[in-house]
Parts: sequence; C-alpha cells; structure tokens
Amino acid sequence: MSSNTSAKTTGRPGRTMAILLVSIIALFAIAFIQGATAVKLGLDLRGGTSVTLQPRIAAGESGKVTSEAIDQAVSIIRQRVNSLGVAESEVSSQGSGVNRQIVISVPGDTGRRVVELVGQTAELRFRQVLVEGAANATSLTGDTATATLPAGVTPEVAAKFATLDCSLATSRQAGGGDDANAQIVACDRAGASKFVLSNAEVVGRDVSKATAAIDQQGAAGWYVSLSFNNDGTKKFGDITTRVVSLPTPQNQVAIVLDGLVVSAPRINEAIVSGDAQITGSFSQAEAQDLANVLKYGALPLAFDRGEVQQVSPTLGADQLRAGLLAGALGLFLVVVYSMLYYRGLGLVSVGSLGIAAALVYVLFLLLGKWIGFTLTLAGIAGAIVAIGITADSFIVYFERLRDEVREGRTLRSAVESGWLRARHTIIVADLVSLIAAVLLYFFAVGGVRGFAFTLGLTTLVDLVVVFFFTKPLVTIMASRKFFNSGSAISGFSQKSLGIAPKTSTAKVGE
Amino acid sequence: MSSLAGIGGRLYRGEKSFDFIGKRRRWYAFSGILIIASLFALSVQGLKLGIEFKGGSSFRVTHSGVTVEAARAAVNSTGLVSEVIVQKIGSDKVQVQTGALSTLESNAIQDALAAKFGVKVESIDTQSVGPSWGKEITRKALYGLIAFIVVVMLYLALAFEPKMAIAAIVAVIHDVFITVGIYALVGFDVTPATVIGFLTILGYSLYDTVVVFDKVRENTRSVTSSGKMTYSQAANLAVNQTLVRSFNTSLVALLPVGSILFVGAGLLGAGTLKDLSLALFIGLATGTYSSIFIATPLLAALREREPAMQALRKRVAARGGATASSISQSTKTSNSDERSVTAVNDDRPRGPRNQPKRKRKHRR
Repeated sequence: MSSNTSAKTTGRPGRTMAILLVSIIALFAIAFIQGATAVKLGLDLRGGTSVTLQPRIAAGESGKVTSEAIDQAVSIIRQRVNSLGVAESEVSSQGSGVNRQIVISVPGDTGRRVVELVGQTAELRFRQVLVEGAANATSLTGDTATATLPAGVTPEVAAKFATLDCSLATSRQAGGGDDANAQIVACDRAGASKFVLSNAEVVGRDVSKATAAIDQQGAAGWYVSLSFNNDGTKKFGDITTRVVSLPTPQNQVAIVLDGLVVSAPRINEAIVSGDAQITGSFSQAEAQDLANVLKYGALPLAFDRGEVQQVSPTLGADQLRAGLLAGALGLFLVVVYSMLYYRGLGLVSVGSLGIAAALVYVLFLLLGKWIGFTLTLAGIAGAIVAIGITADSFIVYFERLRDEVREGRTLRSAVESGWLRARHTIIVADLVSLIAAVLLYFFAVGGVRGFAFTLGLTTLVDLVVVFFFTKPLVTIMASRKFFNSGSAISGFSQKSLGIAPKTSTAKVGE
Repeated sequence: MSSLAGIGGRLYRGEKSFDFIGKRRRWYAFSGILIIASLFALSVQGLKLGIEFKGGSSFRVTHSGVTVEAARAAVNSTGLVSEVIVQKIGSDKVQVQTGALSTLESNAIQDALAAKFGVKVESIDTQSVGPSWGKEITRKALYGLIAFIVVVMLYLALAFEPKMAIAAIVAVIHDVFITVGIYALVGFDVTPATVIGFLTILGYSLYDTVVVFDKVRENTRSVTSSGKMTYSQAANLAVNQTLVRSFNTSLVALLPVGSILFVGAGLLGAGTLKDLSLALFIGLATGTYSSIFIATPLLAALREREPAMQALRKRVAARGGATASSISQSTKTSNSDERSVTAVNDDRPRGPRNQPKRKRKHRR
C-alpha cells in the first residue's frame, strides 16, 4: 500500500492538490446552490431557550415507557411548541430507545412561556361533539343547519367558538389546557375545523388496547380497533348509547389529545361490548397514527424537566464574539509560532491550516443544511482545540523530515522517506482522537455534544488536508532550489537543523 | 527558536541526552506523591460539583451597577431558598446559584431580580437542572470515562504491543488522578464542560504517548539483533529524539487552548469556555509530563523483565557498553561511528530510518 500511494503523491503532487481544491470549491458551490450561506448557530450563541425533558410514567400509573410513547410525546410537544409560532423552533429526541430525552429549543426570548408549555402531561379524552364548524367560522351556525344554540352550550363557550380561528397555528394552542369537567372549544390537529365539545366522559386510561389493521375481505380498508377496560366499557357504552340517535354532528365522539381533536368518528351503534372499530378512508399511516395516539393515551407520560437554559440574545452575542476572538487569537499564535520555528516550512503549515479552515467551514454550512448541525459555543471550542491537533500533524511530519535531513538525506528524498514514517504516526494518533470524539459524542448530553462533533469532524478534515495538501505541497517545495539552498529562512539551514556544516555538505553531495 | 532546533539535532544524534528512564524511580516517586496528595485532597475536600451534577438553578443578571448584596437581598426577599451563592462576574454581571427549584420558584426569583435591578425578565440568563438529571449526567460521564479507557486500550493493544497499551493506560490513569486532584485542591467548579475537556485531554495525552511510542518501537525493533543497546537505552534515545517534537506539539496545542482560557475567563467569566479550556490546560500539562516521565519508563521496565531483554542487557554489558543508568555515554559511543556507516546497514539500532524505501513489517 505504501509504495503505491507514495508513488502517486510523488508523481503528481500538483494534481492531488488541484483535486482537493476543486472539491472544496465544488462543496462551496453546492452550499450556495442549496442556499446554505450562513452557519446555523446554536441557541447559546444567538439567545433562546432550550429545555431537556425526561419522559416518565405519570404519577399513579404503572407500566413502562415505550419507544412509541416517546415518539408520540415528541409529536405532542412539537405541536405545542409550534403553537408558539416562533420560527426555527425545534423539538427532537436524543439518546436511544426508551432512554431518550426530548430536547426543545426555541430561539428568541420567549423563555418562560416555553418552559410552562412543554412540561405538562398530555391527556387523551373522549368528548361528545356538540358543534362542528369550519376553521374560521364566526358563529355557531357557520357550518351547521341549526340556528339556535345546541342544547347545553353556554353563551361563553359560544362566544369563544366564534372568535377561535383554527387556521392560525397559534390558535391550535395545546398544552393540556382542556378541563375534563367542562365544555371546551377545540381545533382539530390540521386546523381544518373547530368544535364545541362536551365534558370528557371517557379518558385515555380507560383504553386497554388499540391497533391498526386492514380489512382484507371487506371494503373498509385500514381501520383501528379499540378495546376498553371494565370501567371504560361501561362509560363508552353509556356515551355511545346516548349519542347514537342524535343528529349530526352530535352523534360524533371526538378523540382529543392534548386539547386537539385527532379524530371525531360518528357513532353508528351503541357499543356496550367494550370493543370498537373506527373505520373511514384511512391510509395506513393515518390508521397507525390514530392507534398510536390511543395507545399513548392509555399510558400518558409525564415529563421531568432535566435542564432548562435561557440565554438572552445579549449573552448569546457575547459568547459568539468571545468564541470567534479566541479562535482568531489561537490561530494567530499558532501561525506565528510555526513561522518563527519552521520558517519556510511554516508557510506550508499556514496554508494547510487555511485549507482546513475552508473545508471545515463549508462542512459546517452543508451539515447545517443536511443534518441540522448547529454550531454551539462548545462546538467552537472543539474547532479551536482542533487547530492545535491539526498543526500537530504538520509538526510530526516536519520533525520527521528534519530528522531525515539530519541523517544526511537530500531534501527531496527526505520528503518521501519522512512521509512514510510520519504518515503512520499521524494516522494512529488521529484515530485516537477520533475514538475520543465518537465516545464523547455518545456519552455526552446536551450542548457539549457539539464539542465532540466538531472535534471528530476536524480530525477527519486534518487527515484529508495532510494527505492531499500538506504532503504534495512539501513535495513541490522540495523540488525548488530555494529550499535546497540551505537558506536560513527556508527552515532547512544547517544551523537550524543543528548539523555540522562539513559533514552535511558531503552527504548532500552523495 | 533556531537554537531549539539545534538542540533537536543534538538530541537526535544522542550527543545530548536526558536520562528519563534510568532515573525513573525519581519520577515514579514524584508522581506517587502527587497522586497521594490528590487522593488526600479528594477525600478531604472533595470536588466542587457544578449545578449540572447536583441539580440547582443559576441566574445571571447583566446590568451596570449590579452588586452582590443587592442580588442576595432580592433572592432572600422571596423567602424561597436558604442556601444561595452570589458571585460578581466582570464589572456588570452578577450570578446567583441556588438549589433545585420548581418552575414557579424559579419564576419568582427571576421576577425579584428583574424588579431589583430594573431589567426585563427575558434578559436574565437562567439555567436550571433537576436533581435526577444531575444523576443521569454523572452516570453518563462515568460510563464515558470507562468506555474510553477500555476502547483505547484495545485499540492501542492492536496498534502497538500489549505492553505499550498497558504503559499508555497507566499514564492516562495517572493523568486522571492528578487532574482530579488539582480540581479538588484548588476547588475549581466541575461541570459537564470540564468532564468533556478532561476526556478530550485523555485522548490528547494518548496522542502524545503514541508519538513517543512510535519512535520507541522503531528504535527497539532490532535491539536484540544488534546488541549495542539495551531496551531501556533505545527507549531513552527515542524519548530524547522526540523531545523537541513533544515540546512543539504540546506548545502548539496549548496556544489555542490558552487563548480560549484567556478569552473565556476574561470576557465571559464562568461558563463553558472557561471550564473546558481550564480542564484542557491542566490535562495537557500532565499529559505531556506523563508520556515522557511515566509511560516510556514504565514500558521499558515492563519490557526489561522479558528474558530476551535481560539477555540483551548482559550482552551489552559484556561488550563493555554502559549500563542502563549511564545512557548518555553509551549512545554517544554508538553514535560516534554513525557518520561512517552507510545508509543500508540493517544492524544499526536505528535501522528502519535508514531504509526508507522498504516497507515496515508492522505497517498497517
């Protein structure tokens, strides 16, 4: 392997470098075409609130947190956060399986509202539909034929219904705000219609089983079958018996999760057996989603607030400035040191750092677009630390190179023989860094993960740059007269190498 | 600068040599004392854990004219918390730390602080960590540390000799103890950023050891056949030869870390940047020390116990060479004929260096 690669890099150093440079330019072009023109900054750099929630079984319940329940919880919380109407809010889960945490990040200074909104347990309730209307209907009669208030709807509720505009995301305010013992007005999840609903008669805990299935013979297609426990069977029997003969929409029972109507099926018959089927023109995904909602409702999760962090935009800007300043200062010091110590070779080191910086920057842009990578303060620190690690690879190579020259090789052959030895050291050492980064990434929680990510990314970049830029550049320089002349500023003078002039001249002549 | 390079040349040829391995008992004793002191500090004082680990809340108000007293008065006026730590950061920031709070309690304190200093609630930077969350973070940090040591040990055992892996890991554990000891002794805050910085530095300490060991392996490959040097002598030469490199790599790594520490502590006060870079700074120092003074001497000691290496030792002694404790002389002797030996002599201790076109047997 070694002879092949070395032959290639020796033979066409210019071409290797050109390929790397063209690739970097191509990456920049892709970034621009995809519209990624700025690195996405984390909340600690631009201000915002992040909340980490640890899901657990609600108090008084028994059972296990399932992975599906967490998925469901994530989508419930996403719905709540979206109702804030803040652009670029994010809800995601971190970790694996049932051990996941839910991470919410909302930019800007909405701090307290976010914290209050996301922590509540989401409940599933079954409520009889009293009125159904179009999303922005202005009166109770907006969509129904009745001109008078339906039985039992209070004027206050009617007024609320009239002003509610479900076509606005902010109206689909969720967050467990629905009182089980009162009438409520509610939107459906998609914001297509709004409802007046009676008080909750059956709750999620009454559900014992829910599955999505497909009817192979009949024309029903995908449906959801639903079973209730003893308590639920009786209650569901009561409500279905009562509403089955009422006119539309009052013969519908809405399934309400977290204050939003997931589905409002019409009751075709009194269901006293405790086993029901919800049919309709469901797609597979819709049926499964509904079944998951029902299952989740059977065992609602509560959320422990793990960590809440509110950073004001002022502090964010300060941290960003400090991070960039530290980076600039670190880079400057390393550049100065390499120039002083390695002279001409220092230029290679500076050039390589420049290329590495460009590559890291464009990867930040692209990863921000592709996998939602955001740069945090810890991430900036990781990148700064990586300046040192990247420069270290050059030092390992340069010192090897000088060792070879001290042994009496000509510069040109030292470039190759030194590279063969240094390459091994660089790969082994960078792999240790990579192992560290990967482990840190998996074991760290929250913001410090960013550190591991950038450290790992920059270590990879370091390998690419050393192989495809530094080495070929040194090869080219070694073929120049200047660096072979032993000039004091080339970095290869006999004085700086500590070689007795006489011996060395003889060797070079060999 | 160039005089350093000059020293590099002389170290390389063995004209100048520091006896790291012969005097190893001295370094072991030195490190032993440090570790005992660390354990003592740890048991007496313990670590000062940040709120991320034990749960708690922290509020930071930025406003000109903030005072510790006013902040304390504001928090006390809520009557919610008994234990509160108030610190001034820079000229216009004050930080309040309390135990774990509920959302309502936290809001009350925010309101009190906002009213006291006439700032908006939204401008108060708040962090709050639940107690169970702190346990989770601590658990993860410990797992991370253990997994790291196990994986790296396996990797090094594969990439190098098993004894090198042992020596490298002992050096890493040495670094862990001393760094933790310094934290306990000085009372620096330990936060997740500290732990991350710390784990990174373990990686970096290994990087340094890897560079030295790579040279040791190269120097010692043909020691038994040449019979000119004992294993310890060859290893000591390797440490000396890589000394300039170790110095350079450590310095270059230290420059950016130093600037993070400088900017982080200077501009922002306590926080991620400071915690991270402080751990890196301390770890980097102990890491460099341990790869030279602990890892390589330990490796030499382990290898010297092998029968083949003991036999080599006898042969070297019989040839009138020096014993391990006076290495500088022996390397000079072997070096005196260096210039006259042509580049393709297999028997020379630094054999592979002189056969650049050949593949190394263990290259992977």
